[in-house]
Amino acid sequence: MHVEDKFTAETWPAAPEKQTLEGKNKFLGFWLFLGGETVLFASLFATYLALKDKVPNAEHTLAKDLFELPIVFVATMLLLTSSLTSVYAMYHMKNFNFKKMQLWLGLTVLLGFAFLLLEIYEFNHYVHEYHHTFTSSAFGSAFYTLVGFHGGHVAFGLLWIVTLMVRNAKRGLDLYNAPKFYVASLYWHFIDVVWVFIFTVVYLMGMVG
Amino acid sequence: MSTYAQKKGFGATVWDYLTTVDHKKIAILYLIAGGLFFVLGGLEAMFIRIQLAVPNNDFVSAGLYNEILTMHGTTMIFLAAMPLLFAFMNAIMPLQIGARDVAFPFVNALGFWLFFFGGIFLNLSWFLGGAPDAGWTSYASLSMASEGHGIDFYALGLQISGAGTLMGGINFLVTIINMRAPGMTYMRMPLFTWSTFVASALILFAFPPLTVGLFLLIFDRMFGSNFFDVANGGNTVIWEHLFWIFGHPEVYILVLPAFGIFSEIFATFSRKRLFGYSSMVFATVLIGFLGFMVWAHHMFTTGLGPIANAIFAVATMAIAVPTGIKIFNWLFTMWGGSIKFTTPMLYAVAFIPSFVGGGVTGVMLASAAADYQYHDSYFVVAHFHYVIVGGVVFGLLAATHFYWPKMFGTMLNETLGKITFWLFLIGFHLTFFIQHFLGLMGMPRRIFTFLPNQGLDAGNLISTVGAFFMAIATLILLYNIVVTSVKNEKVGNDPWEDGRTLEWAIPSPPPFYNFKQLPLVRGLDPLWIEKMEGKKTMTPAEPLGDIHMPNNSFTPFMISLGLFVAAFGALYREDYHWGVMVLIAGLGITLLSMFVRSVKDDHGFHIHKEDLLNDDDKGGKA
Ligand code: HEM
Ligand SMILES: [Cu+2]
Repeated sequence: MHVEDKFTAETWPAAPEKQTLEGKNKFLGFWLFLGGETVLFASLFATYLALKDKVPNAEHTLAKDLFELPIVFVATMLLLTSSLTSVYAMYHMKNFNFKKMQLWLGLTVLLGFAFLLLEIYEFNHYVHEYHHTFTSSAFGSAFYTLVGFHGGHVAFGLLWIVTLMVRNAKRGLDLYNAPKFYVASLYWHFIDVVWVFIFTVVYLMGMVG
Repeated sequence: MSTYAQKKGFGATVWDYLTTVDHKKIAILYLIAGGLFFVLGGLEAMFIRIQLAVPNNDFVSAGLYNEILTMHGTTMIFLAAMPLLFAFMNAIMPLQIGARDVAFPFVNALGFWLFFFGGIFLNLSWFLGGAPDAGWTSYASLSMASEGHGIDFYALGLQISGAGTLMGGINFLVTIINMRAPGMTYMRMPLFTWSTFVASALILFAFPPLTVGLFLLIFDRMFGSNFFDVANGGNTVIWEHLFWIFGHPEVYILVLPAFGIFSEIFATFSRKRLFGYSSMVFATVLIGFLGFMVWAHHMFTTGLGPIANAIFAVATMAIAVPTGIKIFNWLFTMWGGSIKFTTPMLYAVAFIPSFVGGGVTGVMLASAAADYQYHDSYFVVAHFHYVIVGGVVFGLLAATHFYWPKMFGTMLNETLGKITFWLFLIGFHLTFFIQHFLGLMGMPRRIFTFLPNQGLDAGNLISTVGAFFMAIATLILLYNIVVTSVKNEKVGNDPWEDGRTLEWAIPSPPPFYNFKQLPLVRGLDPLWIEKMEGKKTMTPAEPLGDIHMPNNSFTPFMISLGLFVAAFGALYREDYHWGVMVLIAGLGITLLSMFVRSVKDDHGFHIHKEDLLNDDDKGGKA
């Protein structure tokens, strides 16, 4: 099978992301990249745990007084749902249903965007209500770096998926772009998994004290 | 855009190299850039040794000494040793597994340009207000106190070049997993390919902690955060951990490929199959694995407590076991072989006692209690130069002579090569052996001068004399390269006549598609197997057909350039109002180039069967 080949729903292969050598390479390379990203976030988590609640004096707000469950819960739900919608998108990709794939990807982007807005609101809230900033304490630096790195990943993912959607809007699926969509959705799941850990380690454990 | 119908003008050649995605050309770029940085780092080393030649010397000032020392270590590790290894990995590994290119040719070029711009950025510090001066380890307690922009150059420069290295690592991993020729099973892969594989895995998992550490440093120094600011709740030991979680695997990233190179050389010039191939593979993987469990042996005196120290001491000593396995396998490979003492083989033979010397001091250092005495003394300096020079640099010099004909189609002069070898070997031991004793007598590392009549005078002078031997050896090597390139006597497929692996089955240098037909691999040392059956070449595994090749691209250069520009913006953000603009512009260039890459289809091109047939006189038969 060849990148330039035209397909119908009947001839479309079962694992379109791995039909060409380029696709196979991309698939494996991206998994390895995510391995490296895992270590990156692990290092950030370790740094955060070492510096949690490390503040210069008693006037600074600590984790247990800072975080509020409702907003973080909504954010978590948004991101988890966006992972689900990207699964649907890939389901339609495998069935050669380009329109539906785009639709679900669009939904994924919307949910991701909502998550990002909520995060911006949240950060803004901490800064103005609690004077908890990037430069106010080691705790603040570690918090914004860890959660901000994740937010940065979300923002990059949004740009990436939108670029793919727009670029391929007119021409539909082929073996050249199928691996691209697939890899982008892998990335999106990864972001989601990282968030689950942030939710647990930063917010839940933070509220316990 | 193929190298096929290439114009040969100078401008065209430069453009070709700026846009190339061919692993063999990228290898040459790595070799040139890494070689330049090696010479630069060598010059810095000479300045260090001149300053320390006699007591109370004032060849350089204390502050400048710190900068030279820092830049020496940083340059040698990040900009010389690793890129030079990458040069040989790029040039040889795809040939050894019978591949036509690496998995991601575009990313390969991107990795090179990131490394290159990062290295240039770091070295521009010399002209822009002063180089970093907190040592190559840049401990936060020193680096936060360092004035000027030196440390900023360090953090930003290494961040950029580190990204390039990470990409290179992923690329090699995927290449080895996905692109092996028919019959090239894992347990038939040459040891250099195996060690490239393991070193790449180490890069993948060791570089992200460095990335994070550097980000924290950048944020603290340039964006007002408090990670290492104790008064605001920060903790400098975090840097030490992150740095050494990267740093110890890093030393194995350096030395494992050198082990691989030596394994090839021992087998080739003993004209025997490598002894204990499977145990060699096992030992390589085990070293890679254990390499992640020992980082705190660099922090025995930090105060982690006796339990942590004990665990890390034992783990460290355990690495000596797989290393010992390798040493014995190399010895047994030579045992009973019909040995040819070519220049590469001389390096290989000299490597064994030199490296074992470094291993022995390593185990001494690993005894945590004793390390309280050795730590931060010249004893440590002697240790790591024995392993890094005796292991990595010897390996690089050996590879330069061994693979030169494959990369450039002409042999380096053997007589000059042997002169280089002897001068370098003598100079090396003269320089560093005595440093063990200087350390034991109490000379601390990283001091810019010392007092007379404390038992340190003679030792330091001897050490400096040795350094000059190594400098002369390097000059002779450079002379050798020039003479050889001018003469340019072409050689055939297998210039050493004893080649065992696939790279020796194709022309030197190989055609840009490497293998006209992919070879059929029938066992370990595939070419040797064919030779033993009286054949000269490999049996093809496929009929002659069209070959798919990637297009050249200028985008990798632009992506890297963008980050280079952005780094200046970050650095000068607080000094000048244009800093922010430059930062944004630089990131814009990078993102835009990535966007272009993403939306522009790149299907590559095909070399047609007919052209391949016409190409017969150029060789390229599998
Ligand atoms: C049996 C193997 C080895 C053991 C047991 C070992 C052990 C050690 C220990 C305990 C230290 C810390 C000493 C101190 O700072 O007080 C050290 C430092 C060092 N080792 Fe090794 N080592 C081994 C092999 C290697 C290899 C193969 C390399 C490089 C190719 C290497 C490179 C270094 C470097 C660069 C340092 C000094 C880093 C610095 O502080 O700047 N070692 N080694
Ligand atoms: Cu170490």
